[in-house]
Amino acid sequence: MGRISLASVTKRFEAGEAVITALDDVSLSVEDREIVTLVGASGCGKSTLLNLIAGFETPTVGQILVDGQSIEGPGPDRGVVFQQTALFPWLSVGDNIAFGLSLRANRDKGNREEVVERMLQRTGLSAFRDRHPAELSGGMRQRAAIASVLAINPSTLLMDEPFGALDSLTRSIMQDFLLEIWEAQRKTVVLVTHDIDEAIYLADRTVVMTAQPGRICEVIGVNLPRPRRYEMRSEPPFIALRDHVTKIVRSEALKGSVLSEIHPRNVL
Amino acid sequence: MPKQTPAASHASPVVKSCYPWRRLSVVLQYAIFPISVLLLWQICSEIGFVRRNVLPPPSTVLGVWYDLVTGSTDVAARYSGTWLDHAWASTWRVFAGFGWGVALGIFVGLLIGLSRAMERVFDPTVQVLRNVPVTAWVPLSLVFFGIGNAPAIFLIGLGAFFPAAINSTHGVRQINITLYKAARMMGANERELLSRVILPAALPSILTGVRLAMGIAWVLVVVAEILAVRSGLGYLLNDAYLFYRNDVVIAAMLSIGLLGFLSDRLVVLVRDILLAWNKRETFGGEN
Repeated sequence: MGRISLASVTKRFEAGEAVITALDDVSLSVEDREIVTLVGASGCGKSTLLNLIAGFETPTVGQILVDGQSIEGPGPDRGVVFQQTALFPWLSVGDNIAFGLSLRANRDKGNREEVVERMLQRTGLSAFRDRHPAELSGGMRQRAAIASVLAINPSTLLMDEPFGALDSLTRSIMQDFLLEIWEAQRKTVVLVTHDIDEAIYLADRTVVMTAQPGRICEVIGVNLPRPRRYEMRSEPPFIALRDHVTKIVRSEALKGSVLSEIHPRNVL
Repeated sequence: MPKQTPAASHASPVVKSCYPWRRLSVVLQYAIFPISVLLLWQICSEIGFVRRNVLPPPSTVLGVWYDLVTGSTDVAARYSGTWLDHAWASTWRVFAGFGWGVALGIFVGLLIGLSRAMERVFDPTVQVLRNVPVTAWVPLSLVFFGIGNAPAIFLIGLGAFFPAAINSTHGVRQINITLYKAARMMGANERELLSRVILPAALPSILTGVRLAMGIAWVLVVVAEILAVRSGLGYLLNDAYLFYRNDVVIAAMLSIGLLGFLSDRLVVLVRDILLAWNKRETFGGEN
């Protein structure tokens, strides 16, 4: 449960007269219970790719299969965690977590009370059950948002820069929190980020993408042992991977930019 | 740090003994302006700065108002004891017109906000008609409905319709797309999206429209009662004007102000109950 495969997916957007190719002939398969991160400069189509898997967009050309089935729109089998926390401001934290299970589509997915209790405990938010999202810190809000998605028990987690709005300390804590959850539940995770450290630290495989048009440039296997520890970031294998990814992303970001025309030697 | 603890415990009784003064100061802040206005007004009348029958002093107005309500002193002459009938006539007209105008306004506003097709069908008409002042509808509505309650309730409802409709549309349009996508991703069907995401998210804006509509309803009830119907506080005001009873005119004005204020408080009360969650991230003013 949670195998994703993209076969020659192209996505074009019409912007007035112009046609923008956000993704060009992208093929990728994500194994069950694997963490794949998508990294690249802004505009490389990584968020578009996630939106396609989520079902918010449909590919112009190509096919996307989830567990061998062609997808038809968004659904509770693929839980999406957004950068801008998707919590209903009029509901308490507890009610936000219960929201998914209270929908008709998820009626038979377990005892709501029990699931909410378990999610609150797992995310360390038990004391904040009756608080409203506006009363929480950024990190707590994102934890509550993740809990509300996990409550409907999706086989896949699709995360669009989930920690992008957090400060760097909170972000690293949230990364460990995500890995902890993954160790316990082993879901398939596809995570989009522009933070190269994050992309490597979390991933089994990191997909490096290039812009204009969005293509997969390289898929890098991250053979660091699990469970991951924060200290690994300063060890040679991690640094080698980071340098490698940084080099590609930087050169792609500079390619075609004004900077490269003025100072060609600045390009790595 | 521990050294500060005794100082802090000393501070709290001092704060407590200040409390009555603070309360008095708050009461004064509320009272100072209206009382000054009333005093100035009384003095202007007393010293003959303005003629008493042009601008009767507040003491006279209060006496007339008392007789209007109770009918016990007869200083309001032919109007004595008629207040309750007029006030009730105006109030129910306001609520009848407000009711249909706001209900239809919210319905049409939501339709326009939810569907681009409905926007193309209704929005141009709404946008043009809302620029026709409701007072410009008076002649036509009199010809159509005749003298009576019908044109009054029509005009009030028409005035209430536009702010309710426009703010409802705005409320739907400004909904955070992430919330909508999140609910769809979790498997919400159309009905659940409407009742559990779109309506609550649009509610602050809808209720702003409702509050504006209530204000407009009280303006229009006076216009309608001067021109189209022979009862209510607007009628009382106009009739007293024709008989040169400015004391009754002012009492009627203040009555309209008071009832309008109470209606607004009612809307605000309902809003605060429904939107308790919305108060947390706003600037409420300095203390």
